[in-house]
Amino acid sequence: MRELRLHGRGGQGTVIASKLLAVALFLEGREVQSFPMFGVERRGSPVTAFLRVDDQPLKLRCEIQAPDELIVLDPTLIGTTDITTGLKPGGRILINTELAPEDFPQLLERAHVSTIDATGIAVRHGLGGRAQPIVNTAILGAYAADTGSITVASMINAIKEEVPIQIDANIAAAKEAMSAVRHAPMGSTAEVTRV
Amino acid sequence: MKKVMVGNHAVAWGVRLARVEVISAYPITPQTQVVEKLSEMCADGTLPARFIKVESEHSAMAAVIGASAAGVRAFTASSSHGLLYMHEMLHWAGGSRLPIVMVNVNRSVGAPWNIWTDQNDSLSQRDTGWVQLYCETNQEVVDTTIVAFKLAESLNVPVMLMLDGFYLSHTAEPVDVPDQELVDRFLPKRVATYKLDTEQPHAFGALVKPDAYMEMRWMQQEAFRQVPEALAGIEQDWARMFGRSYGAIESYRADDAELLLVTSGTVTSTARAVVDARRGNGEKIGLLKIKMFRPFPTALVRDALRGVPRVAVLDRNVSPGHGGIFAEELRSALYDLPDAERPELFGFVLGLGGRDITPAVIDEIIEQTRAGTVPSREDLWVGVNP
Repeated sequence: MRELRLHGRGGQGTVIASKLLAVALFLEGREVQSFPMFGVERRGSPVTAFLRVDDQPLKLRCEIQAPDELIVLDPTLIGTTDITTGLKPGGRILINTELAPEDFPQLLERAHVSTIDATGIAVRHGLGGRAQPIVNTAILGAYAADTGSITVASMINAIKEEVPIQIDANIAAAKEAMSAVRHAPMGSTAEVTRV
Repeated sequence: MKKVMVGNHAVAWGVRLARVEVISAYPITPQTQVVEKLSEMCADGTLPARFIKVESEHSAMAAVIGASAAGVRAFTASSSHGLLYMHEMLHWAGGSRLPIVMVNVNRSVGAPWNIWTDQNDSLSQRDTGWVQLYCETNQEVVDTTIVAFKLAESLNVPVMLMLDGFYLSHTAEPVDVPDQELVDRFLPKRVATYKLDTEQPHAFGALVKPDAYMEMRWMQQEAFRQVPEALAGIEQDWARMFGRSYGAIESYRADDAELLLVTSGTVTSTARAVVDARRGNGEKIGLLKIKMFRPFPTALVRDALRGVPRVAVLDRNVSPGHGGIFAEELRSALYDLPDAERPELFGFVLGLGGRDITPAVIDEIIEQTRAGTVPSREDLWVGVNP
């Protein structure tokens, strides 16, 4: 079983991102369980959502305290909140940012780090406004390529099932993100990995 | 067709597949998505039902009482304070023997305000004359919504089914959506035994004097007495057509168990994981899930627990000044077993107001039950920092 935690801000579609990932992984034949942080959300405030994935039917129905992977939809949350709370050593972190993974040396000390400029991709494909870009599908594409756990076909089918509007633009954004995601293994430093 | 959906949408799918004809409901967290989805389905025609908008839960229940008395299939949903606001009308539906189905998304009751799950809202409606069924998974929610109509209409008793707030209502997981044609065969259009009809007039709930009131209560009791057997038969049909059934209770890895956990709702799933781990270590620990709370399945529970040395009851509810409500029901059910066959029962109150119940919490309960340090008549509160 793998457990994921997603960090975003209210209004950014964090909960929908976790559902979109769940559907894509379900289409890959996995058992999935996706849920928001139980409670109330306010626009702009930090929001978390969760996802469990397994090959066996999932039995646990409790909160996720020690995730294997993190997805950060809003990089301004890094530093202002401790996004790594409970993250298992050697876990993975995928961040929506223009920066490279090596620009997060503190995170690289304890986790594998990948980055994707999901905001830039969303804006280029006209998804949401510049102030409120909808980054779900770019994140899905980046996650699919980064982990190899979701095929292009399942990614496209998940978008068709879950995204009510701008299906073609969302698929294009996800595909662009697949080729744009950057990865650095845990322990990397800027000197070693940057070309 | 398998779809990933939250529990609230599983409810809406069950209602749609049951071809409900009248819906009246008022939104309340964490049930709101039920009302949203059903309104959408009514608006786009995928569910050709009349959706009656009302100003309160009391009126929502009054509206479905009227619809059900007129002979159609009627549904409502609520939670917590909304359910409590229906209280008077719940009695009215029960006493009128109307086969209404409602969903209650379990949420704690204020004060203080709290939107998270526990069972005190529905358990406080225990004596209103409704069958109560507690669900564990979103699959069980969609299946039970349909089964509930068949049960309600076969005995003229209203049925309330429960799902835990957030742990099911807002959790998305794969659900096998039953095929509409098969559901139509399983649950044909309702044919009301008695209904409001100008050609053949009947009065519902008119003044009944002491010479007959008690007989009508006795008839209600007789109907409830038939519920466990009726549910078993209906579930047999459901299993034949859809390959799934749940039972009023379910024993899980209970053979030769020296300790049985007793659970209801979503805690059951986490407890299954704990039982699996313990069985993997060779420990004789099992589980009894109680789905039906009213009527209480006394005979079934007594057979399932007869001769088990120790039983730990997990109550996500409390009767202030007394203890866990399922534990009390079980003590009563087990009372007339012979001493040698009666389990030692340990009651635990936990998870109130949405406090998380993790495998570690259940492990602690197992250890305390084994150690036998719990007072036998007073339930232990788990994880409280006074």
